[in-house]
Amino acid sequence: MSTWDRFVDTFFNGKVMLKYLPDILSGMVVTIELAVLIVLSGLAAGLALALVRSLAIRPLNWLIIFIVDLFRSLPPLVIIVLMYFGLPYAEISPSGFVSTWLSLAFVLMAFSEEIFWAGITSVHKGQWEASRSTGLSFGQTLINVVLPQALRLTIPPLTNRTIAITKGTALGTVVAVTEILGEASSAVSNSYNPSPLMMGAAAYLVLFLPVVVLARRLETKFAWKR
Amino acid sequence: MIQTFFNIEIIAAAWPIVLSGLLNTILLSLIVVPLGLFGGLILALLASVKNPLVRWPLMAWVDFFRAFPPLVLLILLFAGLPFAGLELGGFACVAIAFFLNTGAYYGEIFRAGIDSVPAGQVEAGRSTGLSRLQAMGYIVLPQAVRNVLPDLLSNTLEVVKLTSLGSVVAVPELLYQARQAQSLTYNPTPIVVAAIIYFLMLWPLVRLLSRLENRALAGRR
Amino acid sequence: MTKPIVDARAIHKHFGALHVLKGVDLRVAERELVFVIGPSGSGKSTLLRCLNRLEEPSSGSIVVDGIDMLDPRTDINHARQRIGMVFQSFNLYPHMTALGNVTLALRKVAGKSRAEADRLGHAALERVGLADRAEHTPGQLSGGQQQRVAIARSIALEPRVMLFDEPTSALDPELVGSVLEVMRSLRESGMTMIVVSHEMGFARNAADRVVFMDDGLIVEQGPPAAIFETPTHERTRAFIGQIQRH
Ligand SMILES: Nc1ncnc2c1ncn2[C@@H]1O[C@H](COP(=O)(O)OP(=O)(O)OP(=O)(O)O)[C@@H](O)[C@H]1O
Ligand SMILES: [Mg+2]
Repeated sequence: MSTWDRFVDTFFNGKVMLKYLPDILSGMVVTIELAVLIVLSGLAAGLALALVRSLAIRPLNWLIIFIVDLFRSLPPLVIIVLMYFGLPYAEISPSGFVSTWLSLAFVLMAFSEEIFWAGITSVHKGQWEASRSTGLSFGQTLINVVLPQALRLTIPPLTNRTIAITKGTALGTVVAVTEILGEASSAVSNSYNPSPLMMGAAAYLVLFLPVVVLARRLETKFAWKR
Repeated sequence: MIQTFFNIEIIAAAWPIVLSGLLNTILLSLIVVPLGLFGGLILALLASVKNPLVRWPLMAWVDFFRAFPPLVLLILLFAGLPFAGLELGGFACVAIAFFLNTGAYYGEIFRAGIDSVPAGQVEAGRSTGLSRLQAMGYIVLPQAVRNVLPDLLSNTLEVVKLTSLGSVVAVPELLYQARQAQSLTYNPTPIVVAAIIYFLMLWPLVRLLSRLENRALAGRR
Repeated sequence: MTKPIVDARAIHKHFGALHVLKGVDLRVAERELVFVIGPSGSGKSTLLRCLNRLEEPSSGSIVVDGIDMLDPRTDINHARQRIGMVFQSFNLYPHMTALGNVTLALRKVAGKSRAEADRLGHAALERVGLADRAEHTPGQLSGGQQQRVAIARSIALEPRVMLFDEPTSALDPELVGSVLEVMRSLRESGMTMIVVSHEMGFARNAADRVVFMDDGLIVEQGPPAAIFETPTHERTRAFIGQIQRH
């Protein structure tokens, strides 16, 4: 066997791959479930916090800023570990899936709040005044006039951040979530062969590469002409 | 509750372990950040050659690593390479994985920075007799870095946080040591302490960033 | 004066330690055009913005068209529909078409159906001479056109009073005329207007009354000819002299 053949036989072993393909596929389903949950709840919570912040209630805003800073400072893996290995000491035992979901959703909430907020404050004060002068309420102005302008501005940073955080679903493997990496790792130790890991890597690319490419196009589309 | 999650005796007992972890985290960051910056700069300089034959593969390279979770990359090196007869150890794997991953991110940032400098700047420099490289080094890069400073800092924050992945491949950094201490003491206090340390260490940077970012976005109206 | 449509009394406004309005009384009759002049920082914009409560007066009373603007029970959003405001910087919504700009409040505040709002919106755009620009976004319009859309946005709500804060100051000179033209036709249709502006020519032939403000107070007021030709106060004379030298 030539070196090349041996390489292919080790890293892209057809038999092993076929055997563990179902595992990797089920891992993909878990990864997708996690990702969708994280994106939906994280962005919704971030937007909600930004809207509350725009009400300008002092003590509430300090609290929001603290929470945002906290989840921006802590490594996601630390939050996951704290939830999964720490909370049980307080008689709360979230599963690995829930720990990963909530941790990453909190992180996305923090980052997206900051971005949404920057977007809202960057809308010119005159827009508020024009709208209020025609009789629209604070809420109507926020929804009809300010948010559409703010969101446009936030799309590029938001997509990049969302992708980066959603990739963190792989961290779930540390707390026994059977997502792609978890399935691939256990397949490697069962088969003594790295091929499942290569499949896992490919699975991540299949899921995330289209999103990254799409994000690049969005970025160009929504880039503001200076 | 405080007895469980912030137990003073356990802090005292675990402190040496946690402290050694903190030192390793700092050390790891000091290696990984310059490595990533260097890789990113190389990528961006290559991409500044406006030849599509160079630019497209680089874009693909960058997008590849933007799509690839860093932990998967790390595991691939740590658990995959031994099958090819290459046993690198956790520390080296972390260094290589981060060089590839964060290099791509830094590269993208540097590229955006270089693109943001008007072409007239280079032309002005060349017209005074500077070489291409000199124009890049003396005129374009300083402006580029200033333009994307918030993004560079923000990525650096992410890299420091990412060093916690080292714990998965037994690199004795802060999180790993805290978990060791936790399993020795049967108490979550060490992890809480580690979290507090991360927070205190990175909070100033987060504060600074949120001010810079707000200003940057407001300026783009 | 018959019962005034705008009746502001003893308006004071502080910004922290800064005392910007120091007891301004302003009564405006129906169909009257009041022109407000004064040096920069004298409080002209602040006065206008107090009238529709974009700025909260520190004390005083404001009644517009029989509505007590400072009464906490007043539905301020409803009241503001009766007071149109035109800004120096247009403040059109960049993400909407001209028609969208004009119809937003019609739909959201006046509760009109989309079809009805569109009909009224088209009519308002017609009045400012921009019937053919309904589907343009602000970015596709010239400054003068943008300001006319902003005027249409206000008049579509059929306000009882219109406030103009330097409506032509941000415009290139050749675009000023089209906006003044619209303002003149509004005046002819009987609109009550309070105008802060430096367009002295417009003041001379369109204003019923010129009000001179300085340092947070109304110093002097009267018919345009009187204020411009024979001001009685030293400060008025100095200000008029200054602007006429330009
Ligand atoms: N929101 C605010 N906060 C603090 N000070 C303010 C605010 N708005 C206005 N001022 C101050 O109040 C004073 C009057 O301002 P105002 O805008 O009413 O003047 P103006 O007569 O319209 O001047 P201009 O001709 O320059 O528009 C100025 O000194 C200004 O700096
Ligand atoms: Mg003013």
